[in-house]
Order: sequence, then C-alpha cells, then structure tokens
Amino acid sequence: MQYMLLIYGDEKLWREMSEFEIKQTMQAYVEFSRELAASGALRGGSELQPVASATTVRVRNGKPLVCDGPFAETKEQLGGYYLIDVPDLDAAIHWAAKIPSALHGSIEIRPQTANQALNQV
Amino acid sequence: MFARALEMLQRRDGGRILAGLIGKLGSIELAEEALQDAFTAALERWPVDGVPMNPAAWLTTVAQRRGLDRLRYERRRPQAGAEVLAALADPGADATPYAADSAHFDLPDERLRLIFTCCHPALAPASQVALALHTLCGLTTREIARAFVEPEATTAQKLVRAKAKIARAGIPYEVPPADALPARLAAVLAVVYFLFNEGYTAAAGETLVRPDLCVEAVRLARAISELMPGQAEAHGLLALLLFHDSRRTARVDSSGALVPLEEQDRAQWRRPLIDEARVLLERAIAQRAAGPYQLQAAIAALHAEARRAADTDWVQIAGLYGRLLRLQPSPVVELNAAVAYALAFSLEEGLRWIEAIEARGVIEKYHLLHAARADLLRRQGQRDAARACYASALERTGNQAERRYLAARIAALV
Repeated sequence: MQYMLLIYGDEKLWREMSEFEIKQTMQAYVEFSRELAASGALRGGSELQPVASATTVRVRNGKPLVCDGPFAETKEQLGGYYLIDVPDLDAAIHWAAKIPSALHGSIEIRPQTANQALNQV
Repeated sequence: MFARALEMLQRRDGGRILAGLIGKLGSIELAEEALQDAFTAALERWPVDGVPMNPAAWLTTVAQRRGLDRLRYERRRPQAGAEVLAALADPGADATPYAADSAHFDLPDERLRLIFTCCHPALAPASQVALALHTLCGLTTREIARAFVEPEATTAQKLVRAKAKIARAGIPYEVPPADALPARLAAVLAVVYFLFNEGYTAAAGETLVRPDLCVEAVRLARAISELMPGQAEAHGLLALLLFHDSRRTARVDSSGALVPLEEQDRAQWRRPLIDEARVLLERAIAQRAAGPYQLQAAIAALHAEARRAADTDWVQIAGLYGRLLRLQPSPVVELNAAVAYALAFSLEEGLRWIEAIEARGVIEKYHLLHAARADLLRRQGQRDAARACYASALERTGNQAERRYLAARIAALV
C-alpha cells in the first residue's frame, strides 16, 4: 500500500535553530532518506518552502480566486512529505517514527485510495 | 427449529468462525457477509440434507467458499483480493481443511491475530473494545450498545468506522513482532479483561453470567500468556480470570439471584482452577514487575484461601487495594479499597471514606457504590439507612439477577 507521510512542525522552531542544529537535522534527514530508499519503500518526497511562500487557489462561480498564504492559522505547518510503498500501516508507522521531525512535530500518515485511475497517472 | 439451532450456533461459535474467516479473507466486512451467506445456506440445506457432523466446520467451509466467490466476482478490493486468491490457490496454504480437523478449528491463532488488530493503537479505544466484542465474541450491535449503555446507532457507527479504518489504513492482521508486543500488550489485556467482566456480570438482561464470554476471555488470556512468557501482567490477568471463573457457578443460586462472596458455598468453588491460578500468580510475582492485574489476582487469591468468609484476611486485602489504588487511581478501585479498609479496621471510617467518594459525584450512578454503603450500614445495625441505600442501588442496575438480590436485601431489613 502507498502512504503519504505528511510532516508537520512549527516553522518558528526552524527559524530559532542555531546553524549547528540545522546542520544536524539536515544530516539526520539525509540519513533517514537514504535508509528509506535502500529499503525499497521510497516513492517520492520533498521538503517544502515555509507557508509564507504559499498561495491558495479556489474556483468560485467559474472564476479562480487566488490569495496569499494558507487559509487557516495553525500552530503546526506542513513542512514536507514522503510517499512510501509498504505492506501495511505498522510498516508505515515504523518509518514515520524515524522521521527526524517526529521528535518535536508530528507525522500524519494518510493511506492512498485504491483508485488506480488517479494514482497511476 | 433450525432457525433456533442456528441462532445458538451463531452465539456459541460465531465469533470463532468469523475470526478464522477474517484471517483467511483479509477483510472483516467480506468475512461477515460470507458468514451470513453460510448461515442462509445452512437454513436451506440442513432441513433437506440433515445437520452435518460438525456444524461449525461446515459453516466455515461454506463461508470461505462464498467469500472467495464474492472476491472473484465483485472484485471490490482488486489488489488485496488478488493476494488472497493467490495465497489460497497455493495448495500448501490450506493443507489442513477445517472440515477434516476440528482441533485445528480450536487453535487460538486467528483470534489472537484478530485481537491485536482490534486493539491497534490507530483505532479509538472505545472502538477497540466494541470491535473485539463484535468480531471475537460474536456479540450483536444491540448487545454491545447495552454493555456500553449507549444508543444502538452510536455502536453501529463505531463499528462501521473501525472496520473502514482497518481496511483503508491497511491495519495488518497479525500478532506484532516481539519488539512491538509489550507496547501493544496493555490494550489487549484491557479488552480481554472487559470481555470477561461483560460475561461475569452482564450489564443488562435476565441472567447474571454469560459463560460463553467468560470461556472465550479465559481462552484468549491463556493464549496471550503463552505468547509472552516474559510478561508478568499477562500471567497476572490469566490468574485473575481463573480465580474469578472458579467461583462462577457459586455466584448464582437456583432462582438466578446473585450470591455475594460472603454467602457463597465455598465447596462449589472449582479447586483445579484455583490451583492453576495460584501457580501462575507465583510465577508472575517471581518476575518482579508488579502491575494491576497481579495485585487483583493476589486479592482474589486471598479470598480463595479463606476456608470460611470469616477467615478472610481483610488486613492484607486492604493493603493490596492500597497498592492498587496508587498504581491505578480510579473511583471504583478506591471504593473497593474503602470497603476492604472498613472490614479490616473500622466500619465507621470505611463508611466515611465511601461518603467522601460519593460526594465527589464521579461514580454517583454506579450501583455498587450504593450497595457497598448499604452493606456496611447493615453491618453497623443501621437498618433504615441501609434499606434506603439498597434501594438507591436497585434503581441503578438493569441486571435482573442483581435486582433480585438487592430486593431480597431490602425485604430482609423491613
């Protein structure tokens, strides 16, 4: 099954980190990604720019409405994701728990639907 | 006639057959539909062909076939379906057909796997218990709703959500690997304990005890204790259930009324179960990892040891409840601690403790709070106050056997 591991954390924490701490975290991410890739489970993933760079689009009455930022103010923001292919939820939990940000933020595990018409594009 | 017989079969074996089917077919919903098909088929075939030698095995075999048919033709879950079909096409995968070997049918593996699935931390705790009662013990939505004192629609919704989550999130049907077992153990033990209690004092209905649930809970506790020999609490739970189970038949008199511990015919207690429980408890205590189940088992052991009710070592029991209360602070445990304290040291101080618990209001609706208070007042000779408290207890329980007992207590005090 394919799962999205959505990485949520407080962006403020990143901004307050020392250069050394940032370096350490990045290194932990590199090692985690290598391990995940070596296991054969990795299908994709990326770190995302902070929400300040986000743009939200809605189409209402046939017109696209574009605005700055995300809709709601939340304490934790989506900061990145991995897409993995593993046998079951326990395996997904195993990888999610190893993501460095799980130590202070949280990882949301979302299973993909079985709708192959969408997923195989 | 066949409909009645099938209903009884469903009650007795439904849970076990379903657990096996879920393991084979990989989907709770599909297994339920297949089992329903099998019961429908039995209703058609048995009056014509006669009842098979092993009805449960017959139902299992037919349900399995119907389940596979559904998988093939409906293809509701194409990917999982293909895997199941491939596994079943492999002759090694099903080398022991159920029909030929009823001992195989009794193996707890499937149910053990299923209970770990039902207790997966990704499911809401309230749903875990409901799902376990439904899939492992074959309780209907109505029965579960009664046990939880909630509307049937709420229970139905909980079950539907939990089943959908298992299927969609890919919660596996397996006993977790050894390193993950201890973390998952607490939830599993809690569900088995709840199952037993539901059997031991059915929350509502005519009879006090549902022996089928007690037997199932003991069987599961035994399987878990064998699976995890290093876990003292697993042995503690099995010992606790065996101590209680040894008194099961002595708890109800011929008219179906509850007989309190103090008045039970101790010769009726089943000694082999007590002996086994004692060995288990000693083994657990030797592992030096105390926990709530071991403490409760130790309390039950002290009751089992007393030849007459008057010989009960209330001082030690009060001490054990004190330890239990520190480990597991809850108003119900505190109530038990207060009763033990009253009987060990001072009725008056015990009563004052119970009044303090009641004043906090958290378990004001709990009928045993009022029954315990009534009992201590009766011992003090305060007949009017005791009667009033028994009456409050009576108002708060739906179990007929308990109601009869409480009514008799009130009558004796008039």
